[in-house]
Amino acid sequence: MGLRLEAASLRKTYNSNPVLRDCSYAFAAGRTYAFLGPNGSGKSTLFRILALLEQADAGQVNYLENGAALGQNLELRRRFTLVLPRPGIFNTTVFHNVAYGLKIRGVKSGELEVRVREILASVGLAHKRGQRALDLSSGETKRLGLARAMVLAPEILFLDEPTANIDPRNTEIIEDIILRMKAGGRATILMITHDPAQADRLGDELLYFKDGRLLAG
Amino acid sequence: MSDLLSFLGGLDLQELWGIVWLSLWVSAAALMLATAIALPLAALLALRRFPGRDAVINTLHTFMGLPPVVVGLFLYLLLSRQGLLGFLSLLYTPGAMVLAQTILAWPIVASLAHAAIVNVDPVIRQAAVTLGATPRQQAVTIIKEARYGIISAIMAGFGRANAEVGAVLIVGGNIAGYTRVMTTAIALETDKGNFELGIVLGIILLALALLANLALRRLQRRGRGAGLEMSSWA
Repeated sequence: MGLRLEAASLRKTYNSNPVLRDCSYAFAAGRTYAFLGPNGSGKSTLFRILALLEQADAGQVNYLENGAALGQNLELRRRFTLVLPRPGIFNTTVFHNVAYGLKIRGVKSGELEVRVREILASVGLAHKRGQRALDLSSGETKRLGLARAMVLAPEILFLDEPTANIDPRNTEIIEDIILRMKAGGRATILMITHDPAQADRLGDELLYFKDGRLLAG
Repeated sequence: MSDLLSFLGGLDLQELWGIVWLSLWVSAAALMLATAIALPLAALLALRRFPGRDAVINTLHTFMGLPPVVVGLFLYLLLSRQGLLGFLSLLYTPGAMVLAQTILAWPIVASLAHAAIVNVDPVIRQAAVTLGATPRQQAVTIIKEARYGIISAIMAGFGRANAEVGAVLIVGGNIAGYTRVMTTAIALETDKGNFELGIVLGIILLALALLANLALRRLQRRGRGAGLEMSSWA
């Protein structure tokens, strides 16, 4: 069955400006959802609320397994991850950035080394493992953010504009990584994009944001 | 030139070395104490919200400008035989000088370290959360991001301690071979009109400050350059 996510009547207002109005959706496990909508329409806010980084003013976020709602604790939080538009790269090497999530989970060094090496190879950053991560190009930084999340093998992966502000070559590489994850079929992927063609290429389902509401495509 | 050489030849090197060594020892001990007090406080102020937090930060900023002679006087009264801490018999000992330098250095270390931690991009904490960090692991990650600013804060504290004269003169007494440090020796030699020794000591003091700064710059460059090692990052 796997981990499933449901948004139920989510509402959020910033400075008396309603950003989310009655947002509801049930996301099926293992599918890829592409979110489209204008800037400021509430997509990132919804992602932050779904990823439990922020609280909604009203409504509920439910993570379910075998039909039962799970408690929103650290154990649950470690089963999904969100890659932010600015990934928040740590001032250390590429390797240690990717190893971070594994280290805090207490993964032993041998296994950690293997997993980081594999992921770095899969995002084309193996040759940069010892370099200072803050010196990477913007495209490489996006790939590093993705690698840092993927190495944790999340059951749900939120990608907030994974290809924004990068060149076509890096966009192509990132799309390829996402397609390979999709083919693996293990993770539910929710991604925000401004490119309808990309949403079409990557998404199993397209969701549109309009006036703080979520509309299925 | 020959005057300078004959002056240097006449210096009591053992005494000079004793003064330099005591200066370093007192400043290093004070810095360790100041850092031990300042860093946990800086982290607490930067990472937690609690009632009275702003008042503590304001007090800290005020303490950065503590007049050394006032600290010396205050400490003298505390440590003198009739004082609250008179039973410690610390007055006119290197221990009293360590205490004085600690009092002067810790607000500087705390304020600058607090600023360094506060200035870490908020996205770092969010990234740590999304990667599954516990609140403690988030705090450690943020502090590690601020490490170069924290090192600068500690070096500023060292500068304050090492350059201090007023307070250590009052509580140390500038006793030859026991509590005489570079700054108090310079003050004494200047009073005596013995400018040459004062100048030599001043040059040594400046050279030590330069060495400390070079060490800091080296550490910072290591962090900014390739091949940096942070094996225990998380």
